[in-house]
Amino acid sequence: MNITLLILLPLLTAIVILLMQNATQVKWVSMMGATLQFVLAFVLLFSFYKERQLGNTSQMLFELKYNWFPSWNISFHFGVDGISVAMIMLTAFVVIAGVLVSWNVTKMTKEFYFLLILLSMGAYGFFISLDLFILFFFLEIAVIPKYLLIGIWGSGKKEYSANKLALMLMGGSALVLVGLLGVYFSASIHSFDLITLSLLHIPIQTQLICFPLLFVGFGVFTALFPFHTWVPDGHSSAPTAGSMFLAGISMKLGGYGCLRVATYIMPEGAKEYASIIILLSVIAILYGAFATMMQKDLKYINAYSSVSHCGFVILGIGMLTKTSIIGSVMQMVSHGLMTALFFAVIGMIYERTHTRQVSEMGGLLKRMPFISTVLFIVGLCSLGLPGLSGFIAEMTIFMGSWQHPDTFRRVATILACLSIVVTAVYILRAVTKISMGPLKDEFKNLTDATWNEKLAALILIAGILAIGVAPFWFNDLVSPGAEIIMQKISPITIGIK
Amino acid sequence: MPNVTYIALIPLLPLAAFLILGIFGRKYFKNTSGIIATALLLISTLLAVYTAYGYFFEYGKVDGIYQKLIPLKYTWLQFSEGVSIDMGIIIDPISVMMLVVVTFISLMVHIYSLGYMKGDDRFPTYYAFLGLFTFSMLGLIISSNIFQIYIFWELVGVSSFLLIGYYYDKPSAVAACKKAFIVTRFADVGFLIGILILSFYSNTLDFNKLIERLTTPESNELKNAVAASFLGISALTWGLVLVFIGGAGKSAMFPLHIWLPDAMEGPTPVSALIHAATMVVAGVFLVARLFPVFSISSPNALSLVGYVGAISALIAAVIACTQTDIKRVLAYSTMSQIGYMMFALGVSKYGGEDGLGYTASMFHLFTHAIFKALLFLGAGAVIHYIHSNEMKDMGGLRKYLPITHITFLIACLAISGVPPFAGFFSKEEILLAAYQNNKTIYWVALITSGLTSFYMFRLYFSIFWGRTRPSSFKRDCDEVKGEGGFVMMLPLVLLAFGAATAGFIPFGHFISSDRITLENKFHLMFSISPVALGLTGIIIAMWMYKKENNKPEKFAAMSSGLYKAAYHKFYIDEIYIFITQKIIFNLIARPTAWFDKNIVDGMINATGEGTKEISEKIKTFQSGKIQQYAICFLVGLISLALLFIYVWK
Amino acid sequence: MQPGLYHILFISTVLFFIGVFGFFTRRNLVTMLMSIELILNSVNLNFITFNKYVWPNKLDGLFFTIFVIAIAAAEAAVAIAIIINLYRTHQSIDVENAEEMKF
Repeated sequence: MNITLLILLPLLTAIVILLMQNATQVKWVSMMGATLQFVLAFVLLFSFYKERQLGNTSQMLFELKYNWFPSWNISFHFGVDGISVAMIMLTAFVVIAGVLVSWNVTKMTKEFYFLLILLSMGAYGFFISLDLFILFFFLEIAVIPKYLLIGIWGSGKKEYSANKLALMLMGGSALVLVGLLGVYFSASIHSFDLITLSLLHIPIQTQLICFPLLFVGFGVFTALFPFHTWVPDGHSSAPTAGSMFLAGISMKLGGYGCLRVATYIMPEGAKEYASIIILLSVIAILYGAFATMMQKDLKYINAYSSVSHCGFVILGIGMLTKTSIIGSVMQMVSHGLMTALFFAVIGMIYERTHTRQVSEMGGLLKRMPFISTVLFIVGLCSLGLPGLSGFIAEMTIFMGSWQHPDTFRRVATILACLSIVVTAVYILRAVTKISMGPLKDEFKNLTDATWNEKLAALILIAGILAIGVAPFWFNDLVSPGAEIIMQKISPITIGIK
Repeated sequence: MPNVTYIALIPLLPLAAFLILGIFGRKYFKNTSGIIATALLLISTLLAVYTAYGYFFEYGKVDGIYQKLIPLKYTWLQFSEGVSIDMGIIIDPISVMMLVVVTFISLMVHIYSLGYMKGDDRFPTYYAFLGLFTFSMLGLIISSNIFQIYIFWELVGVSSFLLIGYYYDKPSAVAACKKAFIVTRFADVGFLIGILILSFYSNTLDFNKLIERLTTPESNELKNAVAASFLGISALTWGLVLVFIGGAGKSAMFPLHIWLPDAMEGPTPVSALIHAATMVVAGVFLVARLFPVFSISSPNALSLVGYVGAISALIAAVIACTQTDIKRVLAYSTMSQIGYMMFALGVSKYGGEDGLGYTASMFHLFTHAIFKALLFLGAGAVIHYIHSNEMKDMGGLRKYLPITHITFLIACLAISGVPPFAGFFSKEEILLAAYQNNKTIYWVALITSGLTSFYMFRLYFSIFWGRTRPSSFKRDCDEVKGEGGFVMMLPLVLLAFGAATAGFIPFGHFISSDRITLENKFHLMFSISPVALGLTGIIIAMWMYKKENNKPEKFAAMSSGLYKAAYHKFYIDEIYIFITQKIIFNLIARPTAWFDKNIVDGMINATGEGTKEISEKIKTFQSGKIQQYAICFLVGLISLALLFIYVWK
Repeated sequence: MQPGLYHILFISTVLFFIGVFGFFTRRNLVTMLMSIELILNSVNLNFITFNKYVWPNKLDGLFFTIFVIAIAAAEAAVAIAIIINLYRTHQSIDVENAEEMKF
């Protein structure tokens, strides 16, 4: 199949949205666009499987290349492997759910949906790009709509949050750009092409400078400690769909970049800095978890827990074993689905109770059984219940991390394991306080989820269950991609202490 | 070996019940959900019994050894070469025995709940959760892979959480379910790390391979695992101890037992099923599953199991003597009896006569499941009748609840180890095993067995004898008719029958550490002392509690310090609260949140502010006069041009 | 006499400096805009000249000239729009009055 459809379809949807006359039309057009994306993602998944079954073992499938700026060796070079397909699936799930939960947006509906769809285009473009310049281009496309989504449709101190988010992410992308240029100019063939670069040997000195630039740059997106503070503020101010996109898609751009760009083209750098990465990620995991315990606002709880969960992504990458990298991809997808669902539920609760303070809620299970059940499921997924995706991802990362026999990594793994208790503490405190206990008087007349909210929740739950109950297909999908990355890392002997 | 893949249906039927009732129950099966779940479980039970019959009497034994059969296995998640989570079924004596126990007790509870939970507005949800629990527990039992057992381990944990918190509008129930989940979760981290260690050295997650590799003295895996050490203790021992911590958490062993008494906030049938008969023995089951590794390769870890078990047995028995909530007494009694099972494993050795402790432990697990479920269901009938858990509200109930009374008495006799009831046989074996291997544990066990009969009969006499207190139950007398009808009495009677006769099963024939038939030997002389102690306990309880008097108060006053400490459960809860609230919250979480808000975020904000300050300062360079800019521009351009032309040629 | 390269370059230089002078000294924004046009045209002239005399076989200079003209047109449109707006608010198109737009 032609994977540029993944970019063209959202683009077309966005244009059609701009032509629409009223809010209802806008909504249905976006819904149709999102559904088509969803279908397209599945078509991609199945044709990917089919290709692989037919024995196509090339690294990237469905490759396409159009020259764009030949003198600089920049081209539209697209292609997917298992990791990108996984991320595309995630994006499609989150987009359709995001469109569904925003059904009640009344303020500037057209612009809102336009930005949502534009953001999804950026994400798809990012995940299928094999040219680093184009990849960077789509990364930027995915940032700007977020700024507007928070700044216009947000709540609370939205201007502050929007600025903070945009500036920190822009700072991150600036680092990425500098790193990319460094790689570009130091490689023996000046090229932005990922595949070309991966076959070259980037000089060690360049790697030592550019790897941290790229890794930290992408790390900002995925809430690398200590550049994570945009996460709580950004998420808490964003509208529901904004938070979902932010946590479900944008944070994954960073993780994907760390893995696909930084680690893949500069494996020596990755090995050299592995211990620092692990240290930062363990700090993020525990620190995020403990900080979450003290939060009172639901969105802050989920945002800080995202910091903790995204720490696992970084940990998996930092451990540099095949299993841990697979786990890291799983964690990205799992966290994307789960946290999108969590924000969706928070949005549903907030729309009804008009508060996000955990202490002000109670007994909602009685009035809103569906929403509370979803809250339970997402909470349990977050704390790693088997059968839901979080468990699979975390366990894979742990198993991968444990393959290193040295004490430092062992201790890091054990500390990361301990975080699952802390996670259980804060999740249960929040979830039980909200949905259990005596029902407060002011909530006597609340209503349960509407059709669009139910549909959104069910779609995301289906994704969570698909990974949680049957992880083998996901493992098969991702593992060749991880294998290729490992082939570059394994022969290197420097940096292991 | 015949095709026994139908065993997969045993756990899957309750899962089906969970899915059907969980998704459609509220709408379509408002009243019939109980029947559906019970019917499905009945099929499971019959299949389990059929399996047990086939395994023990037809195909299980080959050359005198019960085989470990793996009729089904699917790779679920491949981590690396050789290391994968497989979803499989293992059929060996202990799993078959547990299949029967779990399905049977669960069936009893399902039937009982038809009466007990009648009229509850979340009836379908209740049965859905029971189905989930039964599924997870059965899955746990037949796990062929250590990670598979961990998966189901977590699932039973969550179903226990859901059922404890079933009465969700009661704050105490909510607190209890949270506590249960978090405490066991904490222990599970130990289990998880244990799995990581064991899998790293044995390079497999499969039980059979793991046990084989870690018990063969020549294997490289075992040599590596023993050679690697941390803090002077070998990696293998660490791994096993950590796994045992997981088991101790689930089995409510000291000091991780604090969740169990609180878990009694759940509906009583649930307590009978989960917190007495099945889930809490998962820890024992886990140690038994890995028993060859424990006993052959790491006796140190095994002796830890023994001592933890013995301490738990004693402490729980002491606390049980002072509690006034009947369900809490039973909870502590459960903990004490599980302690028995644990130390029985702890004192056991591998193979032949020395493996008596293993057989005894499993035997006790079996009999305990029956009589403890009976006790809880009996207590449930009492609570159902009187609407209170407190002993002080009860008394003289034998006239009102005759069947409950008789069955409860049988259960009390069984747990006290009075011949010929079931508990006598299993306990006697345990004591014998302890006597042969570890005298310290033997004495602790003996004292505990005396205490056991004392507190059980204290309970019995307080409920069924003494003065009737009509004030406490006149409230609902019209609404509650008798003992809850046929559906509630049938399980009691069946279980009472089991409690009376299960002891005569020659357990050693079926279950032994090396899976070779073990002849039961009966030592008359040996059993005199425990039985005598048990009877003494009963007599003391009778003397103190049969008629209302002030002896208990006097006695309590006499041993004031100990009594008070035991009444407050030795302040272990308070220690936990101190650690969690004061240390973790105030010393870790709060500073972390503060640090994040003020230091990390402060730095980011300071960067922003700093940029703003600087630009504020330098913006005055801009005069707004365009032509001035243009001149600057031109001058700059010309000077650069000159520089390039003349200086940097 | 055929005009040579230097003649034309001379004219374009003169044109350029007239433009620069106009830009620096005029206060009227429209006049300044016209001065900019002069500068641009001097550049265009240069392009064409070099194209013709140095690389007569190529068309790059011509293309670039067309490019500059197009840009100049767009720029003029924007600039005049700004000027009109300025006039609406200030009733004047004196550049001194635009100073307050600095920040």
